Amino acid sequence: MTDTPFTLCGASLTARPSGALWWAEAGILCVADLHLGRSERMARRGGTLLPPYETRATLDRLEAEIAALDPRSVICLGDSFDDQRVPDALDEPVRWQLGTMMSGRRWIWVAGNHDPQAPDIGGTAMEEVARGPLTFRHIALPRAAAGEVSGHYHPKTRVRTRAGAVARPCFVHDSRRLILPAFGTYTGGLNCTSDALQTLFEDDAVCILTGNATTTVPLRRRESA
Amino acid sequence: MLPERFAEWFAARGWSPHPHQLALLDRAAAPATLLVAPTGGGKTLAGFLPTLVELASGAHRGMHTLYVSPLKALAADIRRNLQAPADELGLDIRIEDRTGDTRAAARARQRVDPPQILLTTPESLALLLSYEDAPRIFAGLRRVVVDEIHALAEGKRGDQLMLGLSRLQALRPGLRRVGLSATVENPPRLAEFLAPARGACGIIHADPGPDPNIALLETPEPPPWAGAGGRYAAAAVMDRIRAARTTLVFINTRAQAELFFQALWAENHEALPIAIHHGSLAREAREKVERAMVAGDLKAIVCTGSLDLGIDWGDVDLVIQIGAPKNVKRLVQRIGRANHRYDEPSRALLVPANRFEVIECRAALEAVYARDLDGDGRGDGPLDVLCQHILLTACAGPFDADTLYHEVRGAGPYRDLGRADFDDCVAFCATGGYALRAYDRWQRLKRTDGRWHLRDPRTARNLRMNIGTIVETETLAVRMRGRGGAPLGEVEEAFAATLTPGDTFLIGGQTVRYERLREMVVEVTRKPDRQPMIAVFSGVKMATSVELAHRVVSMLSDPARWHDLPAHTAEWLQLQARISALPRPDRLLAETFERAGLDHLCLYTFAGRNANQTLGLLVTRRMEDAGLDPVGFVSTDYALLIWGLRRVTDPAALLRPENLRAGLDTWLSENAVMKRTFRTAAVIAGLIERNIPGRRKTGRQATFSSDILYDTLRKYDPDHLLMRITRAEAARGLVDYGRIEEMLRRIEGRVDLVAAPHVTPLAAPLLLEMGKVPIKGAAQQTALETEAGQLMQEAGLTPEAKPAGDQFSRHVTSRHHS
Repeated sequence: MTDTPFTLCGASLTARPSGALWWAEAGILCVADLHLGRSERMARRGGTLLPPYETRATLDRLEAEIAALDPRSVICLGDSFDDQRVPDALDEPVRWQLGTMMSGRRWIWVAGNHDPQAPDIGGTAMEEVARGPLTFRHIALPRAAAGEVSGHYHPKTRVRTRAGAVARPCFVHDSRRLILPAFGTYTGGLNCTSDALQTLFEDDAVCILTGNATTTVPLRRRESA
Repeated sequence: MLPERFAEWFAARGWSPHPHQLALLDRAAAPATLLVAPTGGGKTLAGFLPTLVELASGAHRGMHTLYVSPLKALAADIRRNLQAPADELGLDIRIEDRTGDTRAAARARQRVDPPQILLTTPESLALLLSYEDAPRIFAGLRRVVVDEIHALAEGKRGDQLMLGLSRLQALRPGLRRVGLSATVENPPRLAEFLAPARGACGIIHADPGPDPNIALLETPEPPPWAGAGGRYAAAAVMDRIRAARTTLVFINTRAQAELFFQALWAENHEALPIAIHHGSLAREAREKVERAMVAGDLKAIVCTGSLDLGIDWGDVDLVIQIGAPKNVKRLVQRIGRANHRYDEPSRALLVPANRFEVIECRAALEAVYARDLDGDGRGDGPLDVLCQHILLTACAGPFDADTLYHEVRGAGPYRDLGRADFDDCVAFCATGGYALRAYDRWQRLKRTDGRWHLRDPRTARNLRMNIGTIVETETLAVRMRGRGGAPLGEVEEAFAATLTPGDTFLIGGQTVRYERLREMVVEVTRKPDRQPMIAVFSGVKMATSVELAHRVVSMLSDPARWHDLPAHTAEWLQLQARISALPRPDRLLAETFERAGLDHLCLYTFAGRNANQTLGLLVTRRMEDAGLDPVGFVSTDYALLIWGLRRVTDPAALLRPENLRAGLDTWLSENAVMKRTFRTAAVIAGLIERNIPGRRKTGRQATFSSDILYDTLRKYDPDHLLMRITRAEAARGLVDYGRIEEMLRRIEGRVDLVAAPHVTPLAAPLLLEMGKVPIKGAAQQTALETEAGQLMQEAGLTPEAKPAGDQFSRHVTSRHHS
């Protein structure tokens, strides 16, 4: 695993290839937009019956990060559940898996637009979390104080290389704020060229692509795809 | 027997009925008949003659005959052509078409009060059958006429249609079927496809008519080495257009049609009325061209497959084919478009787009005169189409599984369908068919009193939106900027993603400038003065048939036969022999050269596209293992071209037959070919909903790639029905490993490697092939790292030295703004 260290308002952070954020000093692992239970919610609404394995796939990847880093705290940055009914509908093996991960550490569910209320599944529910120089919330505030960490947008970016175009989910940060990629398995992405993302960042912003290894490119570059 | 009224009608027009028209009338009572006749043989009239005779003998309530054709335009065209004889015979009947273009009010009225003759497409028929009132709509139905059945039988649309006919047969047990086909290589196979039960379809052969008159167009300037557009021949083609009454110019892809049309206009000094027609143009634009063609106002049309089938528009006396026709059957059918009178030979010209195609065109000509049609049979009916059929059947009302199974086996492509496969399809439709039974509460279909029905009847609307078996690449509409800007057509989303404001491209014969993407519409302005970037929206990717490939090899390897080729092409082959070598039987020619910063390896196998596709996967896996960083490959019928970040110096090692299969299954299931196949199957079977224009969500966070579904299933439920369908479909496009191993054993040790200074004459056309398969291996990450480093430097964001031991990641220093 090759990850990318960077600093945000003095905090030394690491962008993991998985899309998780690691703050070693504070022992905090942060993941955004898990969207657990997405296939179940689509089926309930009479939509298509997607392979019902995404909750397991997402938790398997989260479990691997927790096993590798042994964090003291885990912050789920909102939209952890695809809607309010999902936590109650989780089946036993998933509850058990989640319970095992949560035990022995502090676990915070930050409220998202998909899951504004606290889930009845253990852990602490919060609107936002302040730790040292950083504030964790679901959706970035345009005029937030420096040190904001958020999710919601599912940023992804596309780089043209001589081996073809590479499109991957990415972290985006400048000196004031950081937006995490979606960690959930059934999640698409919003291209970093979109105005919604561009207006939040300064000219020195970079994208850190996830994948087998992390790779850093400027947010604003000559080609826009 | 032809009734007197009809005999008089023929006589009054100075016609006499063709023997096959009378033969079909004699067989009017048979359950199924296939008519094989060349274009211009009066096929359509033959198909409708029994209907007109029956309708003339007394009043008929409701729908009598259903006509199904692959093209909307064909349905409209037949309506125009059939109305005249019906009027002249004094028949008081209604003939109406019903397609996606028919207005909602007309469609609603057709369901309440069906016309005697309804003309439609497979998709519109599937939609009609999904309504609860289907039994009433088809209450009077006696006959079905399937036009251009040879074209339908080549793909899933035909499978869907045959399932629809089985449904109709259940509603109307006395239903009789007629299939109308152009010349095909295996009529009994096609008859079996149409038959309601094994062996229940008779065949009538019409006189094949005189040999067509086809020639290679000679041009003062030789064709280029590579290239697919044929622009070098624009002036010569324009001369032929001037000399003919009406000309159809066929070209293989939409992008090529655009470029050739532009080149033609540059030579069109008299401003003769010449139009362009292809499937990416807006409907308004296409209809305008179609009207002008019917009215006889056009001198020529440049078109792709959208005008391919037997539409009888105007007085076409010359067909020009730009680029190799790829397979002989297609060539014969296209030629049939010229001179729709069947006792006169058709006139056609072939225009090779490059030197290699000169050889291909010559081989195709020989095949036409030998009446050597080619084509491969398809396997059993695919299960994704069956899944869609089951869901649509449920939309029409509750069904019994045993009855439906029996009914489905009445369709030719599904005659050998096993019960286990059928039950898996029902389970997929009901619960998703997952090993993890997650959806017992939210089933799509539920069983009550032994009959399956929709859990939520409101889902019928969504299921109907998903009808059809053609899964197109996602496209975006192109419009002129400004309020109410005119729609121009569409481009592929992947192409749109590469555009930056100011880029120019061709669409509908005009050069436009990309302005912005707004609500999933590409907005452009007119920019006639700029040289366009090429619009890379692809057309249909066509495979040259294996038979044609064999003719090409034998011509290539035998200099004695080169005297049939134009001098420039023979010289070009001599040049290939000088720079590199000519492929020889029982040896394998391998070339390496550098181009665009990538090292290329070209293997001339002449093994056919399917074998080369599989070989491409095998060889790139070995290259990946050997650290040769392959980036992608493309296969043609003749050769395999691989490009990567490193030069191959020992191709023989990559082609050793030992342990070829070890680890192959893993590699196969991870490759892009499988993922593409999965997406198509998933859309048809109803796992992924189609993107309906205008209904698309604008925030793309909500949608995710089907690749994710594929990867998830592969990990957690590898034996799921859709994975089985994907493997079966991919196996049709990938040849049996045994054949490749056999070929490699034959050439082992006899690989001739030529390190060429640059692209060779034979390799040049390969660079333009479509259907490139990307390899997402180590090369991609390496290239990404390089590119990322340059981009960071250009942006002035210097990557800081990394802590020791972690050479790949970069530390970004934050700069503070005051």
